[in-house]
Amino acid sequence: MSYLIQQTLIYAVPLMIVALTGVFAERSGIINLALEGIMIFGAFIGVLFIYQTQSGTVFEAAYKAKDYLTLQLYMLLTMLVSAVMGAVFSLLLAFAAINLKADQTIGGTALNLLAPALVLFFIRIIANQSNLKMEGDAPSWFMLKKTMFGYPKLGNAGFFAETFLNKTYLATYVCILIFAVLSVLLYTTRFGLRLRACGENPQAADSLGINVVKMRYAGTTISGALAGMGGFVFALTTANGSANGDVAGFGFLALAVMIFGNWKPLTIAGGALLFGLFKCVAASYNILDLNGDGRYFLNELNINSYVYQMLPYLITLVVLAFTSKSSRAPKAEGVPYDKGMR
Amino acid sequence: MAEMNEKSYSRLERRRTVGASLISILIGLVTGSLLILIVGLTTKNIGLSGAWEGIRLVFGGLFSTGRDMATGVLTFGFNPNTFGNMLFRSTPLILTGLAVAVAFRTGLFNIGAPGQYLMGICVALLISLSIPSSQVSPVIIWFLAFLGGMLAGGLWGAISGALKAFLNINEVIACIMTNWIAANLVTLIFSGSNLRNLTENTKSAYIYKTSVNNVATAKLGLDKIFSDSQVNGGILIAILLAILISVLLNRTVFGFELRATGSNRYAARYAGIVDKRSIVLSMVIAGAMAGAAGALYGLSGNTEFYWSTYQSLPGVGFNGIPVALLASNSPIAVIFTGMFMAMLDISGQQLKNLTGYNEYLTNIIISVIVYLSAFSLVIRNFLVKHDDGVSRALSSLGNSLRGNKRKGAGK
Repeated sequence: MSYLIQQTLIYAVPLMIVALTGVFAERSGIINLALEGIMIFGAFIGVLFIYQTQSGTVFEAAYKAKDYLTLQLYMLLTMLVSAVMGAVFSLLLAFAAINLKADQTIGGTALNLLAPALVLFFIRIIANQSNLKMEGDAPSWFMLKKTMFGYPKLGNAGFFAETFLNKTYLATYVCILIFAVLSVLLYTTRFGLRLRACGENPQAADSLGINVVKMRYAGTTISGALAGMGGFVFALTTANGSANGDVAGFGFLALAVMIFGNWKPLTIAGGALLFGLFKCVAASYNILDLNGDGRYFLNELNINSYVYQMLPYLITLVVLAFTSKSSRAPKAEGVPYDKGMR
Repeated sequence: MAEMNEKSYSRLERRRTVGASLISILIGLVTGSLLILIVGLTTKNIGLSGAWEGIRLVFGGLFSTGRDMATGVLTFGFNPNTFGNMLFRSTPLILTGLAVAVAFRTGLFNIGAPGQYLMGICVALLISLSIPSSQVSPVIIWFLAFLGGMLAGGLWGAISGALKAFLNINEVIACIMTNWIAANLVTLIFSGSNLRNLTENTKSAYIYKTSVNNVATAKLGLDKIFSDSQVNGGILIAILLAILISVLLNRTVFGFELRATGSNRYAARYAGIVDKRSIVLSMVIAGAMAGAAGALYGLSGNTEFYWSTYQSLPGVGFNGIPVALLASNSPIAVIFTGMFMAMLDISGQQLKNLTGYNEYLTNIIISVIVYLSAFSLVIRNFLVKHDDGVSRALSSLGNSLRGNKRKGAGK
């Protein structure tokens, strides 16, 4: 059970946070199809940052001295770096979409093409191979273990500690926290209301003195920052600390989760968890033992593993089939803001 | 007279479109060259001379004939091998480009070409390897396999189209989901099959080449012109299909219905067009094109399909998007942009083989071109707005001249 929850969270959290980034862009009126590309870029930046700084620095010393606090700060710093660079990268989309009134779908597609090309080009030049890996066993530097919290290495430390403190990443919880904070920001603050207004009726918003251009830049930049960070979290927690110009379609899946969640944070969290659960089942159905009787129920069903792999996508389509009649996208998304239009 | 104006106007429009695309391409190539220069100057073992070689390959990779053995200087000239391979690689690109373009004209963003492509290649391989060529003529098997691949792609596209038309599911999401479902389905189909290459022990991740069963796309003499390249008759099929799609879209009632649905779905419905049917059929055609791309690639006889594809989607499916965008979704223009992209692909290979750079540089160039094409429409509209006065003056001048002539004839 602990394993199931952990694995589900590992898949669900990057999806959740990146889907929320989509919400920020779209609620301000910009379709951010580039989530995949920004994630790829963010993953690369994060891994590159660690690759360049990990050896011969305070961080290596901290690892040897088992100074976990410094290591966690190091990880947070890397998340921040990825976020900043993700934001910078997303400016390309914001500039094309807002200042040049370009087609947002095409602009996003361009970034999706640019990110892997750029990343692979530089990985080849830097590492002379097709993927960039943190050196040594770096992902484990950042992994939380129950021994860090004073629990004994052997023996059961209780459900809570085994599930949430052992073999997890702080990044996961930081993402959940950011998710909560941003959801509140979007719904209860003046800024959030204004941002949403720009995605529904920018002309009306403008007439009330809201700077639509600024708001849309804000939406896209927040979106880029979080997607970049989400990319690094993906690379750390599911790609074993490597960047190879690919995030397994997570950016596109996040987009699906966003639509699935009807552009609302709570339903997005639900959708991401559902998707993460099925993804987890797909990855490890043959070692899942839910009731602890030592038998692997799903494995005994003798269903081909690729059927399980297919499930998350099938389920998403089925749920969408039932819900999308009532789905409601932000009214002005994808429409360049033109002051002269009514 | 009104007809004449319309014609000259559309000619003007076309010229602007082509102009905008050419400008985008040029800027893309220059950006790539700048990147080469910067990387060359900052990387120890490349330097300025290496950068200059890289830039020449970016622009003229198609004409590269390698290095002179004695002097080590890059040589250029007509290279039948790279030309033939360019044509071979452009075949699937043209077809996936068509898959994206047709859907675009109906107002749909078909990001599902990778899945449709996979279904096409899967069914084509199943048919071409399962029917023994000792009993059925290989030509018949080839046609069955090709049509089967097209049909599979079409049906796969129909799923996304139907979800969009009847259940209002965003086609981008439907396409993404069906892509991954297709990737898993194809892996599922081949995972237990005896079509896997189990005779060569390093090749079990691949399906047998279709030439094992004597099935392969006819070369049609192209291999004589472009010696020792992979080219085959597939390129002619791709061009033929592009022309057919162009006629269908621009010269038939059905094509008009598709385009009308794309311009404004609700207005089209008001005019009596069954918009839902247009959406589904457009995706069927799009899927069939992507399926044909997969089928032709699989049936070439010398390609091997990596069947365990459940974690990755074929890039050629996604590359249909830039091909279509660069062609402004015109089927005829797709032929040329597909070849252009294949040419860049070849340049990338030459960069990798001959210099310290790698093939991803050309992907960067492509993405820059797509980025520019996002607002090439904007640039064009700007041009239209500003030379409106000029063209109005010209056309009124033309009208008055023609009017005078007619008056003269009347006398």
